[in-house]
Amino acid sequence: MIDRRDFCKKALLIAGGMAIPLSALELFDPKRLLAEKNDPSPTRWAFLVDTHKCVGCGFCVKACKIENEIPYDANVTRTWVERYIVARDGKTYIDSPKGGRDGFTTPKIDQGVEHQTEVRNEDIEKAFFVPKLCNQCDNPPCVQVCPVGATYQTADGVVLVDRSWCIGCGYCIMGCPYGVRFFHPVYHVAEKCNFCYHRISKGMKTACVDACPFGARRIGNLKNPNDPVTKVIMTERVGVLKEEYGTKPQVFYVGLSREVK
Amino acid sequence: MVHGEAWTIKEFFCYPNEYIYWTIQIVMYPFMTGLVAGAFVLSSLYHVFGVKQLKEIARFSLVFSFALLPVAMMPLMLHLQQPQRGIEVMMTPHFTSAIAAFGIVFTTYALIVASEIWFVYRAYFVETATTLGEKRERGLWEGILYLIYRILIMGAWDISHEAREKDEKAVKILAGIGIPVACFLHGYAGFIFGSVKANALWMTPLMPVIFICSAVVSGIALCIVTYTVTMELRKMISARKRQQKPWLPSTDELKSAEVQVVTMTSKYLLMFLVLAITLEILDLVFRGYTALKSWDILRSVIYDKDFFKIFVLQYGCGNALPFVLLLLPRLSLKRVVFCSLLVLMGVFMMRWNVVIGGQAFSSSFAGFMEYRLPIWPETMELFKEGLFGAMFVAITPFVLFFGITRILPVFNLKDSH
Repeated sequence: MIDRRDFCKKALLIAGGMAIPLSALELFDPKRLLAEKNDPSPTRWAFLVDTHKCVGCGFCVKACKIENEIPYDANVTRTWVERYIVARDGKTYIDSPKGGRDGFTTPKIDQGVEHQTEVRNEDIEKAFFVPKLCNQCDNPPCVQVCPVGATYQTADGVVLVDRSWCIGCGYCIMGCPYGVRFFHPVYHVAEKCNFCYHRISKGMKTACVDACPFGARRIGNLKNPNDPVTKVIMTERVGVLKEEYGTKPQVFYVGLSREVK
Repeated sequence: MVHGEAWTIKEFFCYPNEYIYWTIQIVMYPFMTGLVAGAFVLSSLYHVFGVKQLKEIARFSLVFSFALLPVAMMPLMLHLQQPQRGIEVMMTPHFTSAIAAFGIVFTTYALIVASEIWFVYRAYFVETATTLGEKRERGLWEGILYLIYRILIMGAWDISHEAREKDEKAVKILAGIGIPVACFLHGYAGFIFGSVKANALWMTPLMPVIFICSAVVSGIALCIVTYTVTMELRKMISARKRQQKPWLPSTDELKSAEVQVVTMTSKYLLMFLVLAITLEILDLVFRGYTALKSWDILRSVIYDKDFFKIFVLQYGCGNALPFVLLLLPRLSLKRVVFCSLLVLMGVFMMRWNVVIGGQAFSSSFAGFMEYRLPIWPETMELFKEGLFGAMFVAITPFVLFFGITRILPVFNLKDSH
């Protein structure tokens, strides 16, 4: 006769023993199955910036502000251009007044709190411009932290914000290491560059790409091996910003320098 | 004007969209939830661990914790750009976000505190309702009270010895469950910050633990202060009443009971204070020692820009000074209250240095941002994210506490809890 204590012990042992082979099984993820069967999206948007070609004219910023209805004089912008000036003494000066919207027409460097500085031409070791925009990360921290799912990633890789659902907590703004997010001055919800999703999904280029007179900005589809942008990304030496955060950014840079923040 | 522009001053290079987006209300949020959690843990010390000396303050802090609860949500509502959509966090939570758990954790905790209070006060409800029911003529206020108590009793009129023992058991269990939930409520507030990988100052797994310890510290400190102030008021009132009714407890009796409770509570305050300081210092030392990429800018924020706020106000006046004062012999009531006030200020500064300090530098690591607290509320935005908004949040729990104690008195109760 088996007593209760023994019964419990044995039952536990058997249940435990049976659970071991179970761990070898894998649960079906229907989404993944589908993805493996036939890729749901034939597109993965990516951006290519050639910093060698950028002259800091600010046309891209202007075009973006107008296209995406970001109040022209508001001190926020979906895309911007940074100027880097590396002096002989090793110091790096960076500025982006008004996001570089009006170009960099003066050698005076904006240092915030109403003071400017200037580096004499003969003291400049190197200087260059770096356009910035949303990196449409493959592992977007902003999507992860949104408490209501108002910001999400589309199948073709672009991160969008649902203006009718965002509660305006600002967690996504805090979560973005690139500082691309801000509160829209009119709608008072989170706002960011979305690669002009309304344009690219209709076969057009983004406003900034169209506005750039020097071809410093290009957009392409990573899943199309014949796309010229994809070819550059695959065959040439390109870099991304702040790789250490593990966000897998999808804006690629040619001619990135170690000073770039 | 863009949100954040009114109170942010940028220096050197900050990204164009960077402003101090999380301001005074986000400082108030962990501060207030900390007080909730701390007050609850203090009451649980008696209910669960049977620390008899804390009996008097246990019921007090339980009710106070209840009064603080709705206030923990206020700063969030004041902070949201779309407060009318705040409920979405509960309705459509996106669970990869730390904030999404708020609804669940907060509701669970509120239910636990409410039901614990119900069990603690049930016998009192029944007794009072019975006395009021026997009265022939009731005034308006008595009538209302009678109605409220009858609703609150929910049909459980049995106050036999066995029923009361069951109540006590339920309180014990609820308080027991409540401790981890309170810690979770607050630890998770720490997680909200600690998990932001984009912020070099916030990102540390120690953050939730640091938050819990400082929460308990601040909760106990606030209970000491409020308890003492209420006792002083009672003394004043009783001195006046005693002229007519000499059988009431004398001022000296009240005084001795108070000193004992408060000094005992201050011991627990000390314990948690030590824990909190240790963890914070560990975090600081670790950052300096490992000196990652972000350390250069963090160092200039911690040791230069925010030196006064961190080392003088937070560690010096808020931690070290009360620590020494509490350990000195011949502890007096006034000194404990003074220390508690210092500790409260210290914890507030700790929240400030985390929330505002975390945004004091640009994520480009090449520039600084300074927060200027808006004082005069010229616009709604400046009210919500300024001094007056914060004061509004800070005063509310006391108003609520006053209101709640009309129905749930915290003193002069004969029951066993």
